[in-house]
Amino acid sequence: MIVTSLGVVLAIVLAWMAIGLAGLLAPRSLAWVGHTLFPLGAALGLVLAAFAILAMFAVPEAWILPLGLPDLPMHVRLDPLAACFLALIGLTVSGISIYAAGYFRPGEGAAPGLMCLQYHVFLSSMAMVVLADDAFTFMVAWETMALSSYFLVTTQHRVPEIRSAGFLYLLLAHIGAISLLLCFGVLQGGSWQFTFDAMRVATLSPAWASVAFGLALFGFGAKAGLVPMHVWLPEAHPAAPSPVSALMSGVMLKTAVYGFLRVSLDLLPQTQWQWGAVVLVLGGFTGLFGAIFAAVQTDMKRLLAYSSIENIGIIFSGLGLALLYRGMDMASLSALALAASLYHCLNHAQFKSLLFLATGSVLHATGQRNLGKLGGLIHRMPWVAGLALLGTLAMAGLPPLNGFVSEWLLLQSYLFTPTLPQNLSNMLVPLGAAVFALTFALAAYVLVKFYGVIFLGRSRETSLAQAHDAGWLERIGMGWLAVLCVALGLFPVFVLRALDQVNQSLLGATLGDHASSWWAVVPFAADRASYSPLAFGAGIAVCVMLIFALVHRLYHGRVRRSDAWDCGFPDQTARMQDTAEGFGQPIRHVFGSFFRIRRILPTPFDLAPKYNLQLADRWWDWLYTPIVRAVEKGAYWVSFLQQGRISLYLVYSFATLLILLAFVL
Amino acid sequence: MTERLPLLALVQALLAIGLAPMLVGWVDQCRAWLQNRRGAGLLQPYRTLRKLFHKDAVVALGASPLFRASPYIQLGAMALAAAIIPIFGSQPLLATSADTIALVGLFAVARVFTALAGMDIGTAFGTLGARREMLIGFLSEPALLMVFFTASLLSQSTLLPTIVETLAHRELAIYPSLAFAGVAFAMVLLAENARVPIDNPSTHLELTMIHEAMVLEYSARHLALIEWASALKLLNFAAIGLALFVPWGLPPPGSGVLVVLAGTAVSLLKLGLVGAVLALIETLSAKLRIFRAPEFLATAFLLAVLGLLVHQLLGS
Repeated sequence: MIVTSLGVVLAIVLAWMAIGLAGLLAPRSLAWVGHTLFPLGAALGLVLAAFAILAMFAVPEAWILPLGLPDLPMHVRLDPLAACFLALIGLTVSGISIYAAGYFRPGEGAAPGLMCLQYHVFLSSMAMVVLADDAFTFMVAWETMALSSYFLVTTQHRVPEIRSAGFLYLLLAHIGAISLLLCFGVLQGGSWQFTFDAMRVATLSPAWASVAFGLALFGFGAKAGLVPMHVWLPEAHPAAPSPVSALMSGVMLKTAVYGFLRVSLDLLPQTQWQWGAVVLVLGGFTGLFGAIFAAVQTDMKRLLAYSSIENIGIIFSGLGLALLYRGMDMASLSALALAASLYHCLNHAQFKSLLFLATGSVLHATGQRNLGKLGGLIHRMPWVAGLALLGTLAMAGLPPLNGFVSEWLLLQSYLFTPTLPQNLSNMLVPLGAAVFALTFALAAYVLVKFYGVIFLGRSRETSLAQAHDAGWLERIGMGWLAVLCVALGLFPVFVLRALDQVNQSLLGATLGDHASSWWAVVPFAADRASYSPLAFGAGIAVCVMLIFALVHRLYHGRVRRSDAWDCGFPDQTARMQDTAEGFGQPIRHVFGSFFRIRRILPTPFDLAPKYNLQLADRWWDWLYTPIVRAVEKGAYWVSFLQQGRISLYLVYSFATLLILLAFVL
Repeated sequence: MTERLPLLALVQALLAIGLAPMLVGWVDQCRAWLQNRRGAGLLQPYRTLRKLFHKDAVVALGASPLFRASPYIQLGAMALAAAIIPIFGSQPLLATSADTIALVGLFAVARVFTALAGMDIGTAFGTLGARREMLIGFLSEPALLMVFFTASLLSQSTLLPTIVETLAHRELAIYPSLAFAGVAFAMVLLAENARVPIDNPSTHLELTMIHEAMVLEYSARHLALIEWASALKLLNFAAIGLALFVPWGLPPPGSGVLVVLAGTAVSLLKLGLVGAVLALIETLSAKLRIFRAPEFLATAFLLAVLGLLVHQLLGS
């Protein structure tokens, strides 16, 4: 038998399952689970990434596996789009798994072996979601992914908040899944064939196609965290253990992006430009919303969760742009927007995972998630602080790291719009660009707050003096992700060449050959736009080193250490630094209407004055509370039926039978 | 020709770096004249820098390596920006490796490192300044980007040399989009360089300072580098404004020695004019309350977006 990429990938999926089961052999043994199985899973992730990258340049492969229900074999297919997301999964997972190997401590929550099972089932189900080529396989994998991640979120299920966070996640995951089922029901177009091949050729009227698109947007949007279905993210991410948060935020959200792409660009061949406009607006709003909320958070993992919402918004606005251009038959612009969005998926997977892992190390070292009780950790945890700095700079979109590359590509695709046929979209694209620019600038604000409050300054609590740096397995995991951030930032041309294969297969257009020079990204002609991260990085490095050398050559390098200047007030304490609330205060001021603010101010006569401020998400008031009330009211009326007497229930059955018989006869 | 070009561009970038403190001196001198004072002369910033470089650096006990690295990164970023912006010639050193978006990213690098360094010591003022600086940054950065976008749409390019080339050779007419962008850019310039309506570079008034609050802990050579970096930032911003809105007179690549010299003189003249206008604005206006700063910048942002929309609607 010839070894093909698809075969290897399926073997890895099976091997992950086997690793998970092997965890049950000695569930309490850290040496077995932590130091053997997780590193093994990480190595498999690397192999997966390697074969997926190879598969991006190969012809698509499809297999039919004789598994599952009778007459419903599993269809799997490995095309460039699937391979792109498999590469993302493999690259990111290898870093997270290595980290997780060193993360588990005895006596925390569920047994490590059980975690190992859920974790690896989660990994293989994500890979299967991407590989699935019929609706049944897709839904089975999708639901396995939701359930296994639910168990991972509720690892510490004895805490009531964590249980309710897990429930909220499960609920929204299932509402989304119902929408996806309906979507596939529409997509089969009357052929009752649920393979993706049949859906590609099914003819749908434009109205039904729009229905299918809307259902897909809702279903995948609920998983990805588009506003207003974002409410589970800020609850579930802080509840989960950090490697799981990293996995969910960095990788699982991307499977929703994958599903959305699969349906909207592959299964629905005729794109209507209005879809793109809707996604663009929704994505732009989600991005801005996430960034604003991230800026006012005080819990470091909630902050990152809101920042994930922001990044998902950015990705979806790029996809909206791709759909808009595709609907107007501008394939090469569409290719640029799609490549930019995919690039951002890849980038976000790396830096967000890296930062979530860093918060995990901080949490382990200090036991604190509250930003107001951290500070000064750069002195106690230099490794974590250094690696987190890279992730922070990358996510803030600073050149020459990777976040900037996708920002640059997205801005280019916003910018070089020729005059569009519709006036509405003509206005929409520049406005989208403005919102996008604002979102990215806010991200820098958020990240300065995140990094500055956790790692810089003085420790706000004395207990932080005992904080210790991360172990070497954790360092390797974070280091790998940091290396990826740098590599994706410095060598974008290679990545874009791979992403061009996805463009070719989905849109039938590529970025073209201008991008052929290996050192510079040139999406159009050379006199229109180009960016060379290598020259840029080298330029900044040379400038900094030259200045350093000159200053130290021409002048003395004497340094005296002394206390910080106290501005004439000798009793400065660490508590006088800006807190997380304080740092977010200007944003609360500027965007006040976004929040529901509850403020408790002390009166002048309070003996123990307390200031309390609570910020809440208005979507709860606007959307969820009315739904909950309606359901409660409905349940109240329906409960009239339930009287608790068996004779009455028999009457119900009898009446039902009679009515049915009346219909049949 | 091709060998001479990078050398010339390098000399031009170095000239900009060297002349930057003089621009600050010139602005201060103009302001002194406007306020009926004698002023300290054009060379005063160089004397200050010399004094600072010779002093012993005092670093706070709780400083991390980030604190000591930040001044070098700030000046490095600004020096790199001087090699991207067409200041004295229309073909700068790194013209094709970084476009306007990368330039905005470069300014963001400097800002983020300044803010992080401000938070590093853990004093009340440092974090306060960092917070305010990021507040100004998050509004002025997209405004600057939108200004660049308007110019880019007019010239169908995000590369500064192409923009300058196109805008310099257009027919002389008033472009409504550029007018909006120009006003927005002027506001961004004032805010980004910690100038009067937003911040005052010459006071250390505790309640209102922004930039000075962040760099309060710096001394000696570190402070000198920061001062130099902010002077260079002012020069860079002035040069960007000139390149976008008054692009005439920059010597194109391949011009003779006389043209290059004349172009340099014209650029110097234009920069001097910008400095004089800046001094005039600073003398005539009062500092805004810090709570008003977001409104000022939101206006700049909206004007820039309006310029972009006007371009899309009118096509000019």
